[in-house]
Amino acid sequence: MNEYLSSAFSTAMLGEYGNGLLVTLYFVILCTLVSYLIGIPAGVILCVSDKDGIHPNAPLNKTLGLVVNILRSIPFVILLVLVLPLTKALIGTKVGDNAFLVPLIISAAPFVARMVESSLKEVGHGVIEAAQSMGSTNWQIITKVMIPEAKPSLLVGAAISITTILGYTPLATLVGGGGLGAIAVQYGLYRFQNDIMYVSSILMVILVQIMQEVGMKLARSSDKRAR
Amino acid sequence: MSESASEKEIIRIENLSKVYHGAAGEVVALKDINLSIREGEIFGIIGLSGAGKSTLVRCVNYLERPTSGRVIIEGNDLSALSNRELLRARQKIGMIFQEFNLLSQRNAMGNVCYPMEIAGVSRADAKKRALELLNMVGLSNRAKAYPSQMSGGQKQRVAIARALAMNPKVLLCDEATSALDPTTTQSILELLQDINHRLGVTILIVTHEMRVIEQICQRVAVIDQSHIVEMGDVKEIFVHPQSTIAKQLIFPQGQVPTSIAGNSTLRIVFDGMSALEPIISKMVLECHITVNILYAHTKVVEGKTFGQMVIRLPEDQTSVARIKAYLNDRKIYYKEEPLHE
Repeated sequence: MNEYLSSAFSTAMLGEYGNGLLVTLYFVILCTLVSYLIGIPAGVILCVSDKDGIHPNAPLNKTLGLVVNILRSIPFVILLVLVLPLTKALIGTKVGDNAFLVPLIISAAPFVARMVESSLKEVGHGVIEAAQSMGSTNWQIITKVMIPEAKPSLLVGAAISITTILGYTPLATLVGGGGLGAIAVQYGLYRFQNDIMYVSSILMVILVQIMQEVGMKLARSSDKRAR
Repeated sequence: MSESASEKEIIRIENLSKVYHGAAGEVVALKDINLSIREGEIFGIIGLSGAGKSTLVRCVNYLERPTSGRVIIEGNDLSALSNRELLRARQKIGMIFQEFNLLSQRNAMGNVCYPMEIAGVSRADAKKRALELLNMVGLSNRAKAYPSQMSGGQKQRVAIARALAMNPKVLLCDEATSALDPTTTQSILELLQDINHRLGVTILIVTHEMRVIEQICQRVAVIDQSHIVEMGDVKEIFVHPQSTIAKQLIFPQGQVPTSIAGNSTLRIVFDGMSALEPIISKMVLECHITVNILYAHTKVVEGKTFGQMVIRLPEDQTSVARIKAYLNDRKIYYKEEPLHE
C-alpha cells in the first residue's frame, strides 16, 4: 500500500502533520479558554469562601471542592467514556474533534480551578487586610487586589495548565478525533511506523516548549516584585 | 506637645470585649476596654506581644468585630452601621501596618491612588492628589517605583500617603515602626508628628516600643493580658509607672534598682533635651554634691537625649533641695522615690 510505504517526510505526511498541528492547537486553545472561563470564577469562589477567605461559606466551599475533587480523581480515559451521553446531547455526536472537547474541558476546568485557587491564596493576608481597612468591597478586593497581585502566579499556572491539556490530546484518537497526538498513536501504535510517531511526538515536545517558555516569560515580565 | 489636642472626643471605646472561639475553646483577646481619644491627639497603646493591642486597633475600624461593647467614632456607633455604611466609614479611617502591605504589582502612585479609585474619585483627580501626598511624605521622585525597589522607610511613607488619601480624621498605626531600623523609625515618627500638627489628624499608635510612645504620644494606655492596666499622660506614666508591666516597659532589661540601703532616690527623665549639655556633671558642680548613679538608660537620637537615670540622693536635705531647684530650672522631670528593698 502507498500509505504503508510512505516515509515520515513524504508530502502526504507533511500535510498530515500540518493538519494535526492545527487540530492540536484548536483543542488546546479552545479548551484553555473555556476552562479558564469556568475555572477563574470557580477558583475565586474556592478561595473566597474558604474559612480564612474574605467571605467564608463552608457549605459552598465544601460542595464545590467535592465536585472538583471527584472530577479530578476520575482518570481521563474513563471520564472520556463516562461523559459520552453528555457529549451526544451537547454536540449531537459522540465522535470527532468537537466531541473530544467535551471531556477535555470537563477534565481541565477543575484542574484550572485549583490552579487559580492556589495562585489567589498566595496573595498576602496583610495586603487584603489593608484593602479592607480602606473600605474596599469584596468584589473590589477580588478584581483590584487578589487577581492583579496574583497575576504572575496565574500566568505560571496557565503555562502548566496548557501543558497538561496538551498531554491529554492524544486520547482524541479514542473518539475519532485528530491532532498530532492522534497521529502518533495511530501510526506508532497501530501500524508500527515508529518514524512517524517520533516526528509527531517531537513536534508536540516543541509545542510544549514554546508554550511553557512564552508563559514563563510573560509571568516574569509581569512580575513587579523582583527586579 | 499637647497644644494641638482639643478636649473634643473623636473615638470612644465602651466596654469592648473580644472573644475568639478556637479549637482550644474560648480565648479572650480583649476584656472590658474603655478608652476616650481626643480629637487631634497622638494616643499610644503599649503592651507586650500577645497582650491584645493589635486586636484592639482592628476593633476601632471593625476589621475585627467586637464580641461586645461599642466603638463610637465622631458620634457614629460602628455597630449600628450597615455593611455599606461601614465601608464608607472606613474610608475616613486611615491605617498603616508593620509590614506596610502595599500592592506589590502597583507602583507608589498606583498604591496611593487605590483608595481613591475604590471610592470613585476620577483618575485625573486621584493622580493629582496622589502627587501632592507623595510630595508631602518626601517621595515625589519615587512615584513610578514599585515596592520591591523601595526601602522599608520609603514603603511606610507610601503607606502613610495612601492612608491619608481620603482625608481621614483618624490614622491607626499598627506597629508601624517595628520593622524599621532606629534611624528610619525616627524619621517616620517625625513624619507622623508633622502630619498630626499640619493636618490635625488624630493618631492612634499601637506599639511594644516605649521609645515610640515617649517620643510622639501625649497620652498612653498600657495593655496587659487583654485589659488596660494603666492610662494617662505619657510623662506621668514615665515618671511614675504604677503597674508591673509599665515598669517592665520603662526598664526594658528589668533593671529596676534594688537593694541599696538607706536614703531615697531620684528618678530623672530625659525627654529630648540637647545631648550636648552635660546635665549631671553640671549638677554635681553647681550643687556641690556627689551622686551615686544607680541606673541609667538613655539614648541619643538625632542630637537629643531620651531615657532616664536613677540617682541616689544625699542625706543632707539642703543638697536635695539644690538638686531639685537645679532640675526645675532646666525643666527636667524627676520623681523622688524611696529605695526599693
